[in-house]
Amino acid sequence: MTETTDPARASVLFQERFGIDDRTLDAALGTALERQVDHADLFFEYTTQDSVSLEEGIVKSGDRHLSQGVGVRAQAGERQGYAHADDLEFESVQIAAATARAIAADGGGRAAVATGRAARPRHDLYPIALSPTDVPVADKVALLDAIDRHARAQDPRITQVMASVISQNRHIMIAASDGTWVSDVQPLVRLNVSVIAEDGGRRESGYQGMGGRSELAELLREDAWKPLVDEAVRLAGVNLAAVPCPAGTMDVVLGPGWPGVLLHEAIGHGLEGDFNRKGTSAFSGRIGERVAAPGVTVVDDGTLPGRRGSLNVDDEGTPTGRTVLIEDGILRGYLHDRLNARLMGHAATGNGRRESYAHLPMPRMTNTFMLAGEEDPDDVLRSVRNGLYAVSFGGGQVDITNGKFVFQCTEAYRIEDGRVTSPVRGATLIGNGPDVLTRVSRIGNDLELDRGVGTCGKDGQGVPVGVGQPTLRVDGITVGGTEG
Amino acid sequence: MSLEGIERALACARAAGAHSGDAVLVEDASTEVRVRGAETEHVKQARERCLGLRLFVEAPGGLRQAITSTSDLSPAAIDRMARETVALARATAGDEHAGLPDGPFAAEWRDLDLADPGDAVPVETLVGDALAAEQAAARFDDRIVNSEGSSADTGRTRVAYANTAGFSGHYERTVHSISAQPIAEQDGAMQTDYWFSVSRHRHKLDDPAAVGRRAAERAVAQLGSQRLSTRECAVIFDPITARALLSNLAACVSGYAVYRGSSFLGERLGERIASPSLTVTDDGRRPGGLGSKPFDGEGLPTRRTRVIEGGVLRSFLLDHYSGRKLGLASTGNASRSAGSAPGVAPTNLWVEPGSHSPDELVQTMGSGLLVTRLFGHGFNPVTGDFSRGAAGVWIENGEPTTPVEEITVAGNLGDLLADIDAVGNDLVWMGSIAAPSLRVSRLTVAGA
Repeated sequence: MTETTDPARASVLFQERFGIDDRTLDAALGTALERQVDHADLFFEYTTQDSVSLEEGIVKSGDRHLSQGVGVRAQAGERQGYAHADDLEFESVQIAAATARAIAADGGGRAAVATGRAARPRHDLYPIALSPTDVPVADKVALLDAIDRHARAQDPRITQVMASVISQNRHIMIAASDGTWVSDVQPLVRLNVSVIAEDGGRRESGYQGMGGRSELAELLREDAWKPLVDEAVRLAGVNLAAVPCPAGTMDVVLGPGWPGVLLHEAIGHGLEGDFNRKGTSAFSGRIGERVAAPGVTVVDDGTLPGRRGSLNVDDEGTPTGRTVLIEDGILRGYLHDRLNARLMGHAATGNGRRESYAHLPMPRMTNTFMLAGEEDPDDVLRSVRNGLYAVSFGGGQVDITNGKFVFQCTEAYRIEDGRVTSPVRGATLIGNGPDVLTRVSRIGNDLELDRGVGTCGKDGQGVPVGVGQPTLRVDGITVGGTEG
Repeated sequence: MSLEGIERALACARAAGAHSGDAVLVEDASTEVRVRGAETEHVKQARERCLGLRLFVEAPGGLRQAITSTSDLSPAAIDRMARETVALARATAGDEHAGLPDGPFAAEWRDLDLADPGDAVPVETLVGDALAAEQAAARFDDRIVNSEGSSADTGRTRVAYANTAGFSGHYERTVHSISAQPIAEQDGAMQTDYWFSVSRHRHKLDDPAAVGRRAAERAVAQLGSQRLSTRECAVIFDPITARALLSNLAACVSGYAVYRGSSFLGERLGERIASPSLTVTDDGRRPGGLGSKPFDGEGLPTRRTRVIEGGVLRSFLLDHYSGRKLGLASTGNASRSAGSAPGVAPTNLWVEPGSHSPDELVQTMGSGLLVTRLFGHGFNPVTGDFSRGAAGVWIENGEPTTPVEEITVAGNLGDLLADIDAVGNDLVWMGSIAAPSLRVSRLTVAGA
């Protein structure tokens, strides 16, 4: 069965396959609104995902998953009632609506605005003709076989190649008591390549991945996957030569692209509306204050075509947008879902996201990045006498409340006498969110976005995100290594 | 519970040409309540079902495999899924090691005490518990000024499994938990920490107020944190952070990491890999255990496995496939959820407690770091290298002095295991992986 790819067609899918029409929506919203409820919404989801994976030279397994369900939410003041069900029968939706409204006090019910017609999202950032889940499995298998051969041919020290290609197509439909009725179809593809290299009894790994909201054909192109595989192989080789990392506080140059995970962890989470409404973030109440060096501008932009973190509408039906978080060093804005926007008297920014119908929406980032500066990246590197050059990272984590963040380098080098020297292994950077961007002393002119591999976790929910930045020099970060 | 969906899927798969296969059906009902201050923040109620299917089809030189899952359990959807799974399997390569275990499958098992009898816990009761934890945290100290909230959750899960080799079985489990995450403030700087209690049985949960107070105590303890200069010193990991190290170790003894060559312990079976004071056990039949189950994700009986005994690596954790790859028998550690491929996971995994009280560990350490929080994911199973963000308390001559933060602890897990010089007697079960305090003679701490 081929899948819909036109955003407006998602509502047709829910109608044709499950019989969900405007009368179902009005009835369920009506049920949710029988008590003193400020807002009620319904979130329908029908997601298919498949993945094919290779190891030891063969594609050992394919998998395919279908997830469908509805989540009904009722809000009264700061309280939220939520119920979800995995069948989309009329009765189940009604029961969920009655369960969700139990959060609110009796009486004072009101009518929903009639839902009218399902709207098409304002923009279509990922127009595709063929759902990635409809691409024949044989094409995906052929890609992985080619990757395996190519990786092993690059370096005889490669002993293991693991690769997978993951395709997803997510249909969502949101109807709310304020008359919102919108649907979207969100494709997502991802390619992972991981290799292990062995030399003289030592063993190291290298990983690279890429993807986005696009046709799978984007990953099947040789000029796309070959450089990726080469990178993974190169990284394993670099790690084989790596020496223990120095420990202590030093000046650090961060490479462009994925190291923008620093902004995501150190700054982005602290600017999510829920933490700021509750006053639990190290950034609470600091709008208008200087939180970064002059020249530092950070935005969250959910409207970049085809990016992993992009969305036509968020999971509450709000169109995504571009929010300036820090402008020339001054804190300007927070990221909001509808609840926090309403309670703080701000506008929703299109950042209300959820992992699936089984989860409550929360303020989440989309694509978060720092705008380019003017310096030549080589000059930025040369400006450091002794320090660390961090080129790529694994993941990171932040404590919103005290602002402390940490993230792990997967490729880093010592800088000695102004020159990049030996690769180091096992480096971790740790710092303080509200403080770290005040230490940015040089900003490169080479803004890059990551290759499309980020998944952000918050309160147990994972959502795809993007990050990016130009080459940056940050003075005095603590590097967690082992060499004193 | 009904095995109808499972039987239908397997029958349809056979008709479509499958050689063999297995299926798992998971039904879940849960309620989650979160309060903050005096207010209920949210009440979330869920009912979910998911059917997972793994099928094998014959190929030259082995079996081909595909795995599918669906939350649409209509007969038409199940039939379609079975046919699609066969078609998907045909696109993969034959693997001589793939297939169902030959048995012996789990037969009789004693009651593992995994489920509360009776009805679901009412929402009002959960709200009461969460409020009790929240209020106890707020009253613990004047410096508790805010909160990320307190939660009370309850859930009941039914798991059914069957395979074409003739095994079928099902079991039920419940889980209850209470947690609190208060925020302390002093001189304009905030600190937060959490505590929780989790159990298969409601009556075995800690008192909600005790959970709130413990969380508050931990948050307050971090107020006024200093940084440390970079140094090498002795380090004590408390039970919460020691548990994180044990999780890292678990990843390295998984049969998959071993046959892939992605574990630094892969070639060390039978060798001394840790201090003689370290013994690590996995037991899938611990009564009431949060990782207990009568049979694993392939129908094999769960059992007790000594992973490390007196510092010697005695066993990996294996399912049927990774065992065959290594020429070893499954240890009954196949983990399986409806929506994902089978793999290996610990059941209940713990470090056997030693004889030292936590206070003794501190008093006899000289000077060093007591770690109460670890964060970040800096661990490389291929090399064993780790580097994690940390916070805790600096110990001077056996006495706690000042709280510390914005530091890292780094080293190699192999060295750390060898350098354990004392094991605490304070084993705490807060999940399916548990450890007592562990003291390590030296580790690099990076700071200011």
